[in-house]
Amino acid sequence: MSAADERPFPPGDYPVVVVGSGPGAIQLSYELERLGIDHATISADEAPGGMFRRWPFFQRLLSWTKPYAPEERTTRAFERWDWNSMIAERPEHRALQAEYMDGTSDFPSRPEMEQSLTAFTERTGTRIRYGCRWTATRREPGPDGDRFVVETTDGEYRCRIAIVAVGVAEPWSPSTPGIELTAHYADTRSAETYAGKRVFIIGKQNSGFELASGLLQWAARITLASPSPARLSVVVNSLNGVRARYVQPFEDSALGFGVDILNASIERITRSGNAFHVDLRQTVDGSALMLEADEVISATGFTCPLLDLPELGVATFGQAKLPAQTAFWESATVPGIYFAGTITQGAAGLKKHGMPAFSGAVQGHRYNARILARHLGERHFGMDRDRPAIRPRDLLDYLLDEATGGPELWHQKGYLARVVSLGSDGPRDEGILPLTHALDDGDGDSLILTVEADGAGAIYPVLYVRHDGRTEEHALDSHPLLDFRTTAHRRQLADMLKRVVPGVA
Amino acid sequence: MATRDEIVESLAGMTLFADLSAPQLQGVAGRMDEAFFADGERILRQGLTGSGFYVILDGEVGVVVDGRQINTLGRGEFFGEISILLQKPPVADIVALRPMRCLVLAGPAVEPFLLDHPRVMYRMLQALGRRLTGANRARS
Ligand SMILES: Cc1cc2nc3c(=O)[nH]c(=O)nc-3n(C[C@H](O)[C@H](O)[C@H](O)COP(=O)(O)OP(=O)(O)OC[C@H]3O[C@@H](n4cnc5c(N)ncnc54)[C@H](O)[C@@H]3O)c2cc1C
Repeated sequence: MSAADERPFPPGDYPVVVVGSGPGAIQLSYELERLGIDHATISADEAPGGMFRRWPFFQRLLSWTKPYAPEERTTRAFERWDWNSMIAERPEHRALQAEYMDGTSDFPSRPEMEQSLTAFTERTGTRIRYGCRWTATRREPGPDGDRFVVETTDGEYRCRIAIVAVGVAEPWSPSTPGIELTAHYADTRSAETYAGKRVFIIGKQNSGFELASGLLQWAARITLASPSPARLSVVVNSLNGVRARYVQPFEDSALGFGVDILNASIERITRSGNAFHVDLRQTVDGSALMLEADEVISATGFTCPLLDLPELGVATFGQAKLPAQTAFWESATVPGIYFAGTITQGAAGLKKHGMPAFSGAVQGHRYNARILARHLGERHFGMDRDRPAIRPRDLLDYLLDEATGGPELWHQKGYLARVVSLGSDGPRDEGILPLTHALDDGDGDSLILTVEADGAGAIYPVLYVRHDGRTEEHALDSHPLLDFRTTAHRRQLADMLKRVVPGVA
Repeated sequence: MATRDEIVESLAGMTLFADLSAPQLQGVAGRMDEAFFADGERILRQGLTGSGFYVILDGEVGVVVDGRQINTLGRGEFFGEISILLQKPPVADIVALRPMRCLVLAGPAVEPFLLDHPRVMYRMLQALGRRLTGANRARS
């Protein structure tokens, strides 16, 4: 590697600038490179991996990879069984996470995740300028419309399109009186230093329960509190709850052994001597409760470090200050600013039956990145999308195969869709697109296929048929083994299609 | 962007939540998700299943049936409840008429939520009653 390669992308003019070097920026930079879209990727970090260079705190991911899944590692189908690897075109770049697992768990350790991300950048030649921090942003007139000026510690970058993949990992705490006396998740010390302590954790989401689980063997007593009840992923049937890996504190609490899980707002935290006093008010009846603790940790969440983008007009929402986004992850209020990585959870999609997309995790946002790169190529760089024709008699098998194994549909349920247009030249595969875009912005007849979940435990394919300007939703039956390639499903699908696709078998 | 405290304050000023105590309002704010919709974006889609219950914090939406706008809703008003109560897809599109900030409760979470907060359910009934009277008056 030459010295120039080590620090690529010096300040200057680029059509696209990407900020970050976590999985979001890595996947997106890889996709841009593959399409030949000229860009510069910069990051404040010194090496690839983003948040995974530090967290999760207890050094084990909450996303799994099954090295011995029923599909070949080098295939696209394997992606369904691998939540962590970057996705790639060439077989030898696929499923890298499976190579970096020591056999102790299907959840890779944090260092194993970091290794696989590093290996991906090295093997694919994905270039990033490290040690270059974005510090401010302005807009200025350029030769073909407004440009963004991305100010960094290395100098100024000018671009038409800025893609922000800075993660959602900046510690956030509420304004509760005394909160400044507490430590944030980000400042948690090594576990053994909590030996024999009464630990009070503010927050009942995954980060709070990760700490509670990890401290079970050390702490004398653990209390978790927040105003609303905790949801368990296995109860709500989605990732929108505390993950199964962190359920032990619930059992200890239910059986009455040293863990308390409270629904209460925290009124005030004070300190006297070495102890903390926490004043609580119970959600159910407003009654007051006071308890003493030796340690108070705020597991109250994270925000995205968007710097001055809000002043530029980027609208944000929610406690995480996520930017409001279009279906293609562009700022809903400042055109030309796009997002990648976990921030894309800000484009929530339909959330049918309350089921969120998985854009917050690698398994989801890696597909968003691929779609975004293609979208940029078409919209800003005059590229054509490959739209292969599908013979009508192959359509049923194609759709049922996709519904059964298509990794994009499975990881982004009810969010990403396989779209087949039905123009005058017959069915054409338009690829994977955001469902909201396919439903709201599309024109012409088309078939829009998703895999969806109803929140009550059922998972099933849904076909939206757009015909003569109207969209009809048809759910296919579920299947106990989630295999939709059965004769019954074929018949059901054929029934839905026969009106709109002549010649469907 | 609204902080949890600002959301609680907004909720406290809404008729729907007027009977709740401060800790209860905190609980409500924690149970609902904040969402933002850009001008022109669709929030509910006529005929499609699985939608949620929405309370408008800021902005305005249009109620659109078969492409024709029949009503508008603004701050403090809510929508989506009928389709959840009846378990039928919405009979109208709801479209943001300008940037709209709201709180959302997923469809399956609405029943337990209302059972936990009977005073909210009562206020919701009153609001539905008023809408019904309005609709009848318009018809007669
Ligand atoms: C505690 C915790 C645990 C999680 N565990 C998992 C998990 O197990 N599995 C999973 O799939 N997801 C997990 N997530 C979600 C997770 O954050 C993402 O999937 C993934 O890390 C997001 O990648 P990203 O590239 O979007 O952001 P990050 O990984 O956070 O990377 C952001 C990058 O932006 C750079 N950056 C930030 N600001 C600047 C700036 N001003 N200038 C230049 N560079 C900047 C950072 O240096 C970093 O390289 C977890 C999140 C948290 C908070």
